[in-house]
Amino acid sequence: MKGVGPTTPAASQPPLLEKEGRSSRGAVRAEVLLWLAQRASAAVLGIAVLIHLATMSYAVRGGISAAEILARTRGSLGWLLFYGVFVLAVAVHVPIGLRTIAQEWAGWRGAGLDVIVVAIAFALLALGWRAVWAVCA
Amino acid sequence: MSASLLQVRVWRGGATGAFRSYEVPRRESQTVLDVVTYIQRRLEPGLAYRFACRVGMCGSCAMTVNGVARWTCRTHVAKAVVHDTLEIAPLANLPVIRDLVTDMREFFDKWARAKGRFVPTATRRDDFAVVCPDRPERRAADAAIECIGCGVCYASCDVVRWNPAYLGPAALNRAWTLVNDVRDGDHRTRLAAVAGDAGCHACHTQMGCTERCPKEIAPTASIAGLKRATARAAVKGEL
Amino acid sequence: MNRAWRARNHPAYWAFLVHRLSGLALAVFLPAHFLVLGQALRGEAGLEGALRWTDSPLVKVAEIAIVVLLAAHLTGGVRMLALEFLPWRDWQKSLAALAAGATVLFGLAFALALVGGG
Repeated sequence: MKGVGPTTPAASQPPLLEKEGRSSRGAVRAEVLLWLAQRASAAVLGIAVLIHLATMSYAVRGGISAAEILARTRGSLGWLLFYGVFVLAVAVHVPIGLRTIAQEWAGWRGAGLDVIVVAIAFALLALGWRAVWAVCA
Repeated sequence: MSASLLQVRVWRGGATGAFRSYEVPRRESQTVLDVVTYIQRRLEPGLAYRFACRVGMCGSCAMTVNGVARWTCRTHVAKAVVHDTLEIAPLANLPVIRDLVTDMREFFDKWARAKGRFVPTATRRDDFAVVCPDRPERRAADAAIECIGCGVCYASCDVVRWNPAYLGPAALNRAWTLVNDVRDGDHRTRLAAVAGDAGCHACHTQMGCTERCPKEIAPTASIAGLKRATARAAVKGEL
Repeated sequence: MNRAWRARNHPAYWAFLVHRLSGLALAVFLPAHFLVLGQALRGEAGLEGALRWTDSPLVKVAEIAIVVLLAAHLTGGVRMLALEFLPWRDWQKSLAALAAGATVLFGLAFALALVGGG
């Protein structure tokens, strides 16, 4: 066996945590909570998308028309709430995923990226809720 | 065994370099390490490569064989060869020192960064700790404990490639064995060290590590365990 | 096969790639989807105008494609949640196959509903 792991003389390199810009405790916790938010929103979306797929498959039979869609959705508090929550979960889920892709595939990290990601979240929320309101109100 | 000669392309040089071709006689039960050793002894005395035990214990002979990271001493040519050709390169995701030798420093530094060191809670005056082999923690540690530190998982992980700070499968797997060690006294520091973007949460379950680990460990499962444990700690504000 | 791909040619890597690319495509599609539905703010005629664009066969094919991507992202996501939150050992490969199978089923169901009328 080589001297690996537990017997590696780590003491000779004290600032291990800080090396490679390893971030502060607060930032680490934020990353973990983002990860958790991604999974929690995924769980919500799992159910929402299933309902969405079923509804769509039902709705497109014989072609879709605005009249048909709006007859189903207009004035329905149930659909308003369902799609309201759906959009909220999307607005959480999508930006976190895009952030990871930007970091890994574009090598883009840092505050600039986080600002854009938050902006995307609010844009999705605004556009999505506007659409829900348009169809359900 | 088809042809009597193997066409072998071997990486020569450092970060920049080129493949050079050699012809090596095909033998029964020949390992990839046998091939590299033949080249060094008979054809190219200057070829640099690492090996020690030749029986799959030391973890020093891992290389990239036809694109796949493998322990070369325990990989038969028959398993890796494509059209009587072998392409042998140093492990990916590590700086190349020369030829087939990589600089493993970063790989092992990350074990330290993941707090892969046992922190005892007892002294020599205490009695032996009794850990029941049936305990779930003990079983979880058992499943992950056989790592030989060969670096195959690290070289097979795209997250390591894309995120240089990522601790990688081996270091995280080691941390997971300690998280499950009931005798260990520093779980909290370790969980903080393995959390977040450079730690377990960067893993995308691509499972290159689990697919390639020569000891058939599933680092992905260990990392998933860490994800759950650290997320629990983060929610409780213990990170 | 290209050597870089030989190392990555296994079910979990494909599952990852499908998940990432489908996610990316859905993220691009979503704003357009929201904007089309938002046309209903201008009344039924507004939405109808935006929807008639979907009558073209090309758009219908794209619709099926986006539904398949949505189903793939859903099943792949469920697979990932299972991998991350359930203790597992051996059944992860069946899980990837299961996700692929479910995706095909969802896609077929939608395509049949869309094309078959009924």
